[in-house]
Amino acid sequence: MNADKGFRGIRTVESEPYQLPGAVTDILLQGGRFLNAVATDERHRKDVVAFVLRYFFATECGATASSAYTAVSARIPAERPSYASVTSILPAAAWAERESHDLFGLVPVGHPDLRPLVLHEHWPQGVYPLRKDYPLERRQTYVDASWTYPKVDGEGVFEVPVGPIHAGIIEPGHFRFQVMGDSVLHLEPKLFYTHRGLEKRVEGLDVSSGLPFAEQVCGVCSVSHAISYATAAESLSGVTIPIRASYLRVLVAELERLYNHVGDLGNICAGIGYAYGSTAGSALKEQLLRANAALTGHRYLKGSVALGGMAVDVTERQLLELERALSRIEPRVEDLVQAVVTDDVVQNRFRKTGVLSVQNALNLGVVGPAARASGLPLDVRRDQPYLAYDALQFEVPVQAEGDVFARYWQRLLEARQSFSLIRQVLNRLPEGPVKEPIEDYPKESYAVGVTESPRGENFHFLATDEAGRIARYHVRSATYANWPAVAKAVQGNIVPDFPLINKSFELCYACCDR
Amino acid sequence: MLGPLRKRWNLGHLTEADEHLERRLKAASCRLFGRSLHVRHVDSGSCNGCEFEAMALLNPLYDMQRFGLDFVASPRHADLLLVTGGVTRNLEQAVVRTFEATPLPKLLVAVGACALDGGMIGPTYANRGGVDKLFPVTVYVPGCPPSPMDILDGMVTAVERAEEWDSQKRT
Ligand code: SF4
Repeated sequence: MNADKGFRGIRTVESEPYQLPGAVTDILLQGGRFLNAVATDERHRKDVVAFVLRYFFATECGATASSAYTAVSARIPAERPSYASVTSILPAAAWAERESHDLFGLVPVGHPDLRPLVLHEHWPQGVYPLRKDYPLERRQTYVDASWTYPKVDGEGVFEVPVGPIHAGIIEPGHFRFQVMGDSVLHLEPKLFYTHRGLEKRVEGLDVSSGLPFAEQVCGVCSVSHAISYATAAESLSGVTIPIRASYLRVLVAELERLYNHVGDLGNICAGIGYAYGSTAGSALKEQLLRANAALTGHRYLKGSVALGGMAVDVTERQLLELERALSRIEPRVEDLVQAVVTDDVVQNRFRKTGVLSVQNALNLGVVGPAARASGLPLDVRRDQPYLAYDALQFEVPVQAEGDVFARYWQRLLEARQSFSLIRQVLNRLPEGPVKEPIEDYPKESYAVGVTESPRGENFHFLATDEAGRIARYHVRSATYANWPAVAKAVQGNIVPDFPLINKSFELCYACCDR
Repeated sequence: MLGPLRKRWNLGHLTEADEHLERRLKAASCRLFGRSLHVRHVDSGSCNGCEFEAMALLNPLYDMQRFGLDFVASPRHADLLLVTGGVTRNLEQAVVRTFEATPLPKLLVAVGACALDGGMIGPTYANRGGVDKLFPVTVYVPGCPPSPMDILDGMVTAVERAEEWDSQKRT
């Protein structure tokens, strides 16, 4: 095992491409938790001349962010780009391996399901857009090929296709239900409709201009993505952000969690057509958005985070107004949830629906509120503390049931913690500057940035090239980790409960597809 | 009509701009669409930000339905398409089919920087970079994301334009 100092404190274990399963098993046995696998094209680097595949794990709980992660890295030779798949021992790696097959042409030998993922079947075979020799804007013609997917056969088994364009105002995804009567035997989701090529787009840009792209990974977790990106950039450059900025980042991150969680407390009710809940929830969310705008000038807090700290500072008066707004909203959130959960219809539909077992959650690497509602005590804010979180008091609520009701209730438990965190920040906000200038970024290095977004853990990987510009940027959002769990949770439920189960996970598509 | 609700949610009064918009919309949609304009939202590859703002139009603070506007489930019922996102490769076919299924006059409001010209991401191997690369756009609504009121304003403007076209056709 050799520690590679060039890589910003991330412990690196080198492995041969065909020894990967063994190396990965070692880390798993040491208690490592899988985050993601990231492929890079480093064929043009004289000291590498190959593709590199890195599997990232969170290995130390309670450690500071930079020493908490371990990478298992393998050089995949350019002339024969293949390696031994780890999916059979680590199901959570299935998508990451399929993705690097789609985008880089790296073949995971032994992968149980190597269908196209990110680029749909109409993309020509053998064309790999994230390789360095593929120009950003080159388009491909549509290939005539049909989508293949696992099917259930038998008398009385029918198929129900839904999407990608849905009836409501939601993002696009295609779902194939195989049903017997009303019960779902199998759900095959087809995602990545909103794959925009964002990761390729930022390659070659200065690290300093990448931040707005990070915010566009997802419009409603934009703060969390911005902080992930900024953390990676700051750990590359070795800059520590001012203490006031680290409190202010907590403030905006918790405001983001709040508007999302409160919105969900309403929106999940829409899954059963319970109009009071969804209407009252949306009105409360709107008030939180307005409070965001009053504080930072943007309803979704975009543009508030900067590299090296914060782009905006706040005045005493703004903080007072925020406090007043929140103390008006908080009791209303409690009222809303009280009214909702005491309703018989809600109890009837929410309880024991869409159960995600702790074992499934663990195997699939589920994160965020969905994991915590299924009994997995994970929270980056506590486990790998960043910003001012280790100086603030909060609890990480965990429940055991893993059904829709648990995920609903989880939002309230977490919103309470967010209200309390915000209040602590308001009371103890240190004085001082909010931004530390960053002079330059090291060349040919990489760093990661991990944060807890409203939907769970967001992982960003940022590597620089020989000129210190962005060589590779990769985002694994919480949604990406959680999608496979939705298909599992739906199994055995009835079709009309799908919208409800789906909403209880509240996964976006854009940050999954990028 | 919104008075009591606004009071309950502690939101102050309707602004002058709100009232002006309301008047414009009533005038235009009354004449042309019998005071019932049906809107179909199409996500052509957005980041979910624009969706949240379009969705906000239905909350009790904006309550778009009070103007006779509503979101509908099928493009076949729609007078106006509200498109967010810059048309990704994986969605192109679905977006084209939605447009084809929409009856005339196929008003199209492009919402957000992405729908305008692809925004910061622009054209890539997987993204067209702008709705107008495929279809004629009636109104562009800039912003990232545009506020709910901006989106509403965009739709009102589209209806007013439709009316201009309509009267030109008649003369
Ligand atoms: S315009 Fe902005 S908010 Fe709207 S989809 Fe594009 S990036 Fe997202």
